[in-house]
Formats: sequence, C-alpha cells, structure tokens
Amino acid sequence: MSLLVANNIAVSFGGIKAVHDLSFAVDAGEVFSIVGPNGAGKTTIFNLISRIYDMDEGTLNFNGADISHVPAHAIAEMGIARTFQNTELFDRETVLKNLLIGCHVHRRTNIVQELAFLPSVKAQELAFRKQAEDVIDLLDLQNYRDQVIGNLPYGVRKMIEIARALCVQPRLLLLDEPSSGLNPEETEDLSFWLEDINDDLGITIIMVEHDMNLVSRASDRVMALADGVLITIGTPAEVQNHPEVLRAYMGD
Amino acid sequence: MRFVRKTHYVQDINIIKHGGQRFWYGLLAVVVVLAPLGLDRFYLGELSQVFIYAIAGIGLMLLMGYTGLVSLGHAAFLAIGAYCHTWLLGHGVPFPVSLFIATLFTAGVGGIVGIPALRMTGIYLAVATLAFAVIVEQVLMHWESVTGGFRGMAVPKAEILGWNITSPTSFYYVCLGLLTAGLLVALNLLRSPSGRAMIAVRDSETSAQSMGIHINRTKNLAFTISAGFTGLAGGLFAHKIGYLAPDAFTLLTSIQLLLMVVVGGLGSLHGVVYGAIFIGLLPQAIAIFRDVVPPAVSQLPGLEPGIFGLILVLFLIYEPQGIYGRWLKIRLYFEEFPLYRKATHKRQKSYLRTERLR
Repeated sequence: MSLLVANNIAVSFGGIKAVHDLSFAVDAGEVFSIVGPNGAGKTTIFNLISRIYDMDEGTLNFNGADISHVPAHAIAEMGIARTFQNTELFDRETVLKNLLIGCHVHRRTNIVQELAFLPSVKAQELAFRKQAEDVIDLLDLQNYRDQVIGNLPYGVRKMIEIARALCVQPRLLLLDEPSSGLNPEETEDLSFWLEDINDDLGITIIMVEHDMNLVSRASDRVMALADGVLITIGTPAEVQNHPEVLRAYMGD
Repeated sequence: MRFVRKTHYVQDINIIKHGGQRFWYGLLAVVVVLAPLGLDRFYLGELSQVFIYAIAGIGLMLLMGYTGLVSLGHAAFLAIGAYCHTWLLGHGVPFPVSLFIATLFTAGVGGIVGIPALRMTGIYLAVATLAFAVIVEQVLMHWESVTGGFRGMAVPKAEILGWNITSPTSFYYVCLGLLTAGLLVALNLLRSPSGRAMIAVRDSETSAQSMGIHINRTKNLAFTISAGFTGLAGGLFAHKIGYLAPDAFTLLTSIQLLLMVVVGGLGSLHGVVYGAIFIGLLPQAIAIFRDVVPPAVSQLPGLEPGIFGLILVLFLIYEPQGIYGRWLKIRLYFEEFPLYRKATHKRQKSYLRTERLR
C-alpha cells in the first residue's frame, strides 16, 4: 500500500519551475531515495511534503489523507518527521533537550498544568525522557547526552538530527542528505542505522542523497530528477544505468 | 569537581539537582528571610526594589532570553500593571484580588500586542514594541478620568485583614514571596513542553515547525506570560513609588529592564536576579559617582541614560553572556583549578552559521 502519493505536484519560484508536474508513490516500509544534480528540486519536494512551501498544483496524500493544505506544524503530528540539509538543531541546548523537543508532538498537557508542574506533567516528562533514551540507545549517542550542540562536530550533529526526528515516532522519515559532511566510516555506520530504523522500527524513509554507494546499498527504489522533472523511478541499478540519468549528470 | 550519580530520570527533572545546591539555596533562603532583622528601612526598601525588578526581569527574560523576541516596550506593561492595580485598589478591591486581576489584565494586553508582533522579529519587533510603549505613555497622559493624566494618582495603602502590607517589612516579605513564586513558575515552564517550544522557536523556527510546534501560538504565549510577570511587578512597583505619574514609565525604564536581562546574562534565570541586583544598585553607584567627579561632569544632562547605554555596550562587547556567564567561567576555573585551560572560553572566529552568535 502506498503511504505517500504525490499527484502532479508543481511549484515555481518566480519564473523557475522548481518541481514540474511530478507524480510518485512511496510504499509503506520502503527506503525511497531521490537523486539528481544540484537544483533538480529534491529539497523542494521535502519542503512541499513538510508544508514549508505551498504547492501551485497537484495534491499530496499521506496515509489516505490529503495533506496539501495541512499547516506545517500539524505535519509532525500526522507522522512525518524530517531532517535538514545543513542541520537545523537548537544550538544552544543540550542533545537531550533537543530530543525532548522532538517529543513535543506527544504533548498532552496544557499550559496551566505546566506552569504548576502538576503530577501529570511530571509523568509526561518521564515518558518523554524514556522515549528520548530509547533513541539515544538505538543510535549510540550516550556520550553526547549532556553536551551543547554548538560544541559538537558536524557528523554527530547530523546523527542527532536523525535522533530528534525519531523522537517524533514518525511513520515517514524525510532525510535530506544524511551523509553530507560525514566521513566514510560515519557513512558506513549511517547505512546500518538506516537499515535498523527501517527494519526494526518499521519507519518508511525518503532520502535525498548524493552518495550513490549509500543510495544503492540502503534504498529499495530510487527516483531520479533533473530540473524539477522526473526522469525515472526504479531499482538503484536500473536508475544508475538509465541513459537519461547519465546525461543529466555527465552532460552529452 | 562535583560528580552527581544519577539513578533516576527524576533527578534531571527536579529543580534542585544535588546536595550542594540544596545547601546554598537553603542558606540564601535563610538569609533573605532573616534580613529584616538586621537591615534598616532604607536597605529593606532597596531590596524590595530589587525583587520587583527581578519579577519584571523574569518576564522579559522569558521573552528575550528564551523565545528570542526583543522588546523595548516593557515599561508599558509595567505601567499597565501599576495603573490597573492602583485603580482597582482605589475602587475598594482588596489587595490580593486587585494584584491578581492586574496581572491577568496585563497578560491579556500582552497577548493582544503579541498578535501583530508575531509577524516581526529582531529590530522590527523592537521598534514595534517601542511604538507600543509610546502609545501607552500617551494614553496615561490623556485618559485623565482613569489615570489622572499628568497629575497622576496616589497609590492607596493596602491591607490584608487589617495587616498593613505597605510597611517596609511586610512589603519586603510580599515582594520576596511573589518573586519566589514567580521563579518557581518560570522554572516549571522551562522544564515542560511549552518552555522548550519557546527555546525551539528561538533557535530555529523552521525545525521547530517540523517538530510540530505552533510558532505563532508559542510566541503569543511568550508575550502573554512575559506581560503577566511584568504587570505583577508593576502592581508592586506602584506601592514602591507611592505615586503614579506617566514619567515613571518612560523609554528609560524599558532600557533599564533590557539592561537588566543583558547584564545579568541572557538565557538564564540566575541572570535575572544578578541583573536586578545590578540595576538596583546602579542609581546608588551613579549618585556616588556624581559626588566624586567635578561638577562639569556631574551636572551633564543625560548622564544616567548615558551610563546605562555605555554599560550595555561594554557588556555586549566583552561579556555577552552577562554576569551569570562570567560567574560560570569563574566557577569552572576553580573547579578545574590547576588544570584550567586558558583557551576554554576564548571566542573564536566562526565559519559555520551555527557557531555564530545570534
């Protein structure tokens, strides 16, 4: 069954058609990669799904519901979490606090209860902490728990962004270039973690990625774009050998 | 160095984290509770003033230090709290009820002001709040039937069940109690989801949104709570100055509040208290300064705001983390004593966006 369906979506900025008449469907439980040269519209698709941009045309369906007009802050609650290309963490706080902010969607208390810190709020805090610790265990982040983000190296920040997205307990995870800025060893680890997240937690992953090694190892299907237009969708091997894809990357 | 053995998540949630803190905060509590026994009226009055500043400072700190919204108009909220409380007292409302209503009313005004302010950030927001403060000042001057206009109005004496709470000692305890309660409420806010949402909005709006945080609602909440705290401080401030007139709530007052949170240390409640002590003592220091310098300097017009501005600039350049930040560095030095590395807190040139000071 398809978890996310895009029907003829299009968006343009000024005269540039960033995404043009694009349709694709992502099945529940798969790892779906989006590849393409710079400016192909990969991140734009993410921004459309997480409703940071408004679509000009077309519809997006998630889990049977139309999300084309859902406000951006409601997307996480529906079960879609994401990371950002250049990390958008809360820099002046600790790793733990970042993860707790990731738990925000599960908030069931109101402001009055929180100002008085009633037992219900305390119980919720403990539950959030448990949830954050589970993610810390999964991704091996114990050493960084109490460190301030601003002091951490880039590679660790990328992992913490994934961890924070996992705290949302999403059904669909959008990863924007998870391996950019990672060294080969970290990239290797990343591919195992992606597998864990996909297999053990059952989370569907859509990822934008340039590292073709990682793409072919981790993903079930790949979508190739150029200039906002779909080239092909298929298995990693099919896409890598598709003549149009080669032309988009290498030129004629 | 202190190592805290953690065996339960509750230890990270509790306000007091370990025995050392329990000892020092306990000692501080004993000292401030017993202070009226050993201090004369003047110093009690000064301390009450510091407590009032600190309550207003909590409000401004939640807005500026934790939500990242700058306000240059907090004197207006102070004024609204003060006038509302005084007006209610004058109409026979008992002190606690009146103070409570004044707090809620100011919070409501803050919420309404927050709606247009949501669309702005940084310098634009600062100017908008400044404009709001000017409007409030004009209203205070011209709405004579309520505010008494330029003549102002006297603040009635207040009693609870025949107990005169405006005597220096009782007033000291009222201010102390409300400051303690205020700090507890702020701490509760900061350790629960709404407070974290404010921090998230401060550091990255885009990702806060993707984490399911409603940005406008969070900012509006910050404005409301901030105004509420400042309104409460305003109600107490009315008793402190005894007579309300529009010139008690000018731009200078707003800048004083701003100075307090910046000098104390943005993003910490400790900073609020340090900042309040600092600006509470500053007028005394300036008075002493006037005595020792030649008349040509001490008679300069605008000396006081000039000094405020100078201190603000010096702190921004040399210690942006304020008194509390400096204290953390000193404490680290002693904790690591022979091994302290000089470069620990050296500010470096940054090349990543995330490392820049915002």
